Amino acid sequence: MESKTNGGARIGVYVCHCGSNIAAQVDVKAVAEYASALPGVVLSKDYKYMCSDPGQEMIKQDIKDHRLDRVVVASCSPLLHEHTFRTATSDGGLNPYLFHMVNIREHDSWVHEDRAAATEKAKDLVRAAVRRVALHTALETRRVPIHPDVLIVGGGIAGIHAALTVAKAGKKVYLVEKDATIGGHMARFDKTFPTLDCAACILTPKMSEVRAHPNITLWTLSDVVKVDGSVGNFQVTVRRRPRYVVEDLCVGCLECIKACVFKEAKFPDEFNLGLGKRKPVYMPFPQAVPQVVLIDPNTCIEFKTGKCKKTCAAACDRNAIDFKQAEQVETVTVGTIMLSTGFQVFDAVRDPRYRYKQIPEVYTALEIERMVTASGPTAGEIVMKDGRHPKRVAIIHCVGSRDERTNRYCSRVCCMYSLKLAHLIKEHSGAEVYNFYIDMRTPGKGYEEFYDRLLGEGVHFIRGRVAEVTDVAETPEEKGRIVVRAEDTLAGVVRRVPVDMVVLSVGLEPRADSAEVRRLFNISCATGGFFLERHPKLAPVNTATDGIFLAGCCQGPKDIPDTVAQAGAAAAEALMLVMKGHVEIEPNTAHVVESDCSGCKSCIGLCPYTAISFDEEKKKAVINEALCKGCGTCVAACPSGSIVQNLFTDGEIFEEIEGVLNG
Amino acid sequence: MANAVQPAPAAAPAAGAFEPKIVAIFCNWCTYTAADLAGTSRMKYAPNTRVVRVMCSGRVDPQFVLDAFARGADGVLIGGCHPGDCHYIEGNYKCLRRARLLRRMLGDLGIEADRFRLEWISASEGDKVQKVVNEMVEQVRALGPLNLPGRLRDADREMEGAHPAP
Repeated sequence: MESKTNGGARIGVYVCHCGSNIAAQVDVKAVAEYASALPGVVLSKDYKYMCSDPGQEMIKQDIKDHRLDRVVVASCSPLLHEHTFRTATSDGGLNPYLFHMVNIREHDSWVHEDRAAATEKAKDLVRAAVRRVALHTALETRRVPIHPDVLIVGGGIAGIHAALTVAKAGKKVYLVEKDATIGGHMARFDKTFPTLDCAACILTPKMSEVRAHPNITLWTLSDVVKVDGSVGNFQVTVRRRPRYVVEDLCVGCLECIKACVFKEAKFPDEFNLGLGKRKPVYMPFPQAVPQVVLIDPNTCIEFKTGKCKKTCAAACDRNAIDFKQAEQVETVTVGTIMLSTGFQVFDAVRDPRYRYKQIPEVYTALEIERMVTASGPTAGEIVMKDGRHPKRVAIIHCVGSRDERTNRYCSRVCCMYSLKLAHLIKEHSGAEVYNFYIDMRTPGKGYEEFYDRLLGEGVHFIRGRVAEVTDVAETPEEKGRIVVRAEDTLAGVVRRVPVDMVVLSVGLEPRADSAEVRRLFNISCATGGFFLERHPKLAPVNTATDGIFLAGCCQGPKDIPDTVAQAGAAAAEALMLVMKGHVEIEPNTAHVVESDCSGCKSCIGLCPYTAISFDEEKKKAVINEALCKGCGTCVAACPSGSIVQNLFTDGEIFEEIEGVLNG
Repeated sequence: MANAVQPAPAAAPAAGAFEPKIVAIFCNWCTYTAADLAGTSRMKYAPNTRVVRVMCSGRVDPQFVLDAFARGADGVLIGGCHPGDCHYIEGNYKCLRRARLLRRMLGDLGIEADRFRLEWISASEGDKVQKVVNEMVEQVRALGPLNLPGRLRDADREMEGAHPAP
């Protein structure tokens, strides 16, 4: 089966069945036979699983036995197994870049129903690859050292857990948090399902540990504003907003709060979602980390008029209050970055059926969460705005989840937290609790058992999406109450349930600033706006950008156990790079063929990384390959064709285009 | 075996049996990944595209498009990241401005506008790959074969007829 031409290349072609994933829809034998006749192809085989050990072994052996100098594998997406086959090619004694991969699974067998057409497509793609690979040249992989420091953005439970994991491994961590304290959403929860552990009891020791750990630099009230560089060497600019209190001096004695000219706390307290009040100088919550007060310039008289008596500053014997504190900008170099920027809850105002903010006794689950907490605004009492205790409470599931009008996805945690709140409301107030649900979703260790327990506690469950929450009474019993109307789909009747209080189990959404964050870090998002992982199963904490990892709800709704597990995984991924000390980078950079360059400078302004400069002496463009990221924009623009991008040369792409079209 | 016969490409098929050939040039990070997602989600679409992967839509030299038409493509589809989402910051904008110029040139060459398409398809939009490919295949099918290689050959022959070789 010897054939010549194609530059005298000796190409081996391997067509994978992928079990029946490819073979069912593509006649792999016909493709292999077709390939065997293509110029330069010296052997062509089909095999059940090319990625298996025997499949890879076959490539290695054939390279030796048949003196192959090029390898083409037609199988799945190169994004999945290109590395596998490059390694096999390399193990066989060839340069790994003398290989090309053809995607006949994701782009062919899985998406086409006509077997003959799919087979033709596979042949076209293989033919193009054979023509292309003949032009491949040996390339050297670039090695980039990894800076050992790690940046973690977002100090919720994910960021906290990951920071501690990395710090305990002996590596330095910068933990950047936008709020005045770390803790995230978890710090606002009263109990956690299904064990009913007190959230503060399990979270706050970890928060203090973050503060105390010598390897962790914690920056609160801070935002990442700029990210340059790439894996191994990111330059990150962080803006630290003023707190108007010197962190190193404040000991958290709270004397300043007592001394504030406002005798009463009168401003809505953010931590308690406005249910409680605070003064302009305040501690976000009792266990906040760092234990440092802050001043809100929007409510502080000194900032508004400049004429305050500044009793707070006078009360501080450590002179920690500094009204002149300015924003600081820090620039750090890190090798890897982890994003754990979390979520926001669905804004229930967006679903007018549930009358949130219109009927006073309609709350979101997070508000009730604060209400049932002993340290919350009502000291753990479930009270209505008029001070009465509710006798009947409705919990409405799937608000902003599983809904064509808002978010189609399931937020995963609402069923379980609704059960938890049902238990807590009953425990704290003795009220009758009605859960209105679509389906109960309680997968997880001990979760179904918790559901069973709630059924036993006498909580009512009504299966049906609530159509309406109204204060228009139809019967004397409904008068003065809130009526929840839903079809009970198990009983087959429409029910009107009069209650005193309504709790909306709001879903989890990407944060409002997620688009800016993902652009800052150059990562993608999935439909809906959650950050996209590199592979949903096999690289769930990686992103498409090397060296940037994800953990927690910024990647998708999840509960605390899953968040912590993911944070640990992301920390391990970052540590893997740090421990190895270097990373290998695709050599797909561009370079200028000096003899062909006319010195027109077209390319220079195009490079987004300012990797191209002009050699005034030679009158030629020069590319700094250490800065080049390999997009190829300059190559496409060069009028004299003097810029070459490795792995994507003009010649290779032209061969591929012509190859898919013609034999 | 070196000169094995292969099925004729859809150069001059009989009327009604025309299957357009569309060269798709997809960027590695968004549209190629989206096409992978369409695959893993088993979304079915017309088998008429052949994907060529580049790292960035900014790598697409207008000559790639012209070459594809000249070699027999009935349509060319370019897929890149949405504006603002380019993995290389702004390669997609560079692709866009080249595409604008190219579109005018293609019109001058008598190549219908529907034969050339630039789409922003993010990595999560597998369904958009399906929709765009299906739409484009139908549009190009309605236009019929472009057959630029044949037309170029005819033009050459005409030139030879007008100026016979001495």
